Amino acid sequence: MTVSAPVVPAAAGIIAIKNLVKQFGRFAALRGVDAEFEAGKFHVILGDNGAGKTTLLRALAGLAHPTRGTISILDKNPHDACREIGYMAHPSLLYDEMSGLENLRYFARLYDISGDERCKQVIRAVGLDPELSRPVGKYSQGMRQRMSLARAILHDPKILLLDEPFSNVDVHSAREMVGLLKGMRDAGKTIFVVTHQAALLEGVADEFVWMQAGQIVERTSHLAPELPNSNPPRAVEP
Amino acid sequence: MRLFWSITLATLTKDIRLEWRSKDALNAMLFFSLLVVVIFVFSFDPLAEESRHIVGGLVWIAFLFAAMVALNQTWARELRNQVLDGYRVSPAPATALFVAKVLGNFLLVSLLEALMAPLFVIFYNLRVLGPAWQLIPVALLGTWALVVNGTFFAAMSLRTRSRELMLPLLLFPVSIPAVIGMVAATTSILTGDDPAHFYIVLLLTYDVVFTTACLALFETVLQAE
Repeated sequence: MTVSAPVVPAAAGIIAIKNLVKQFGRFAALRGVDAEFEAGKFHVILGDNGAGKTTLLRALAGLAHPTRGTISILDKNPHDACREIGYMAHPSLLYDEMSGLENLRYFARLYDISGDERCKQVIRAVGLDPELSRPVGKYSQGMRQRMSLARAILHDPKILLLDEPFSNVDVHSAREMVGLLKGMRDAGKTIFVVTHQAALLEGVADEFVWMQAGQIVERTSHLAPELPNSNPPRAVEP
Repeated sequence: MRLFWSITLATLTKDIRLEWRSKDALNAMLFFSLLVVVIFVFSFDPLAEESRHIVGGLVWIAFLFAAMVALNQTWARELRNQVLDGYRVSPAPATALFVAKVLGNFLLVSLLEALMAPLFVIFYNLRVLGPAWQLIPVALLGTWALVVNGTFFAAMSLRTRSRELMLPLLLFPVSIPAVIGMVAATTSILTGDDPAHFYIVLLLTYDVVFTTACLALFETVLQAE
């Protein structure tokens, strides 16, 4: 009788990035990113324009293929882990000519979710009315952002990747969205938010990840008091 | 397989709904084809006998150019708000999207042909001398040849800066064997001079080869950056 080897607990990192390089022609958007992120935490990615935040998020979503390096999400590559990932981009990823419910019905079919119940549930969760019949193109920017978030959480993913979810959203709606995300984190979801409005997430986020020139330069548990904006604390030589 | 067809049907339904609401492609295609018919009638004023020899080419050229509009529109609406990324991050198979787009374009171009065919008959005073029923397989196979390659190359040129110029540049050379088959088969049937069987088999072979190739390569095209 053979004795099986003791089970080694999985690494704490739900997402492991190793030496990630992403080049667009001669321009390197990511220059050797190395990081591990814990499950069930709220990570906020900060940095100036062009720091590589969106590219990092797109790489995690499987939309930008690494030039070099690897990404492991729940021990899978991003493409294979797609059922566990919810992605909200800066554009809405919705058809302007269809209503919110029609949009979600379509995306639900892509995840093999049948029936309207789940679609209506997530629309209500983001504070919209599922019976709203006007097309998404006629929604306000804030409503569109909420509907975009509803699309991202439709299949109940374990990991949420949100790119600028609060842009063009009024403060009240943004705070409601933050509350919703906090609830999701408390329910065990791992959340990544790229934003320039980091102050909204202070006290909610577990970690602030600072990026500059395609690299992660600092990871802090709070926004540095001397840095009220999202500039990184210091630069690191590549 | 059930999931594949479920996603294909959902995408096809969604595309038909979007086209029904905007009518972007259909209106442009109809208007373009109508112009071709009218302009050629006034330019040549052919006799019935002459018409039978030239209409095959004329019809298919009109449909080929008109189809460009639908083919470009198919993917253009996926680029607005980057909706295509929503599909790319989902577990849905790439081929389901491709098949749905091809079927949608096939329906659209077939509808155009059904609406324009009577006009060609009237304006060119046509009377078919060969077996008229053979026009049906020629139309179906020819349309499939146009849309299957057109949908594929439209997706390929999606991220290029001048995609509306790129599509005909990529599509027309590849479509030459199919266009020869469509025109020759249509002319043979209209004039009744030669049997069209050879050209029908040519079209069938072309469709099988290119459909297989496009299905095999589409995932690479979809996931390209």
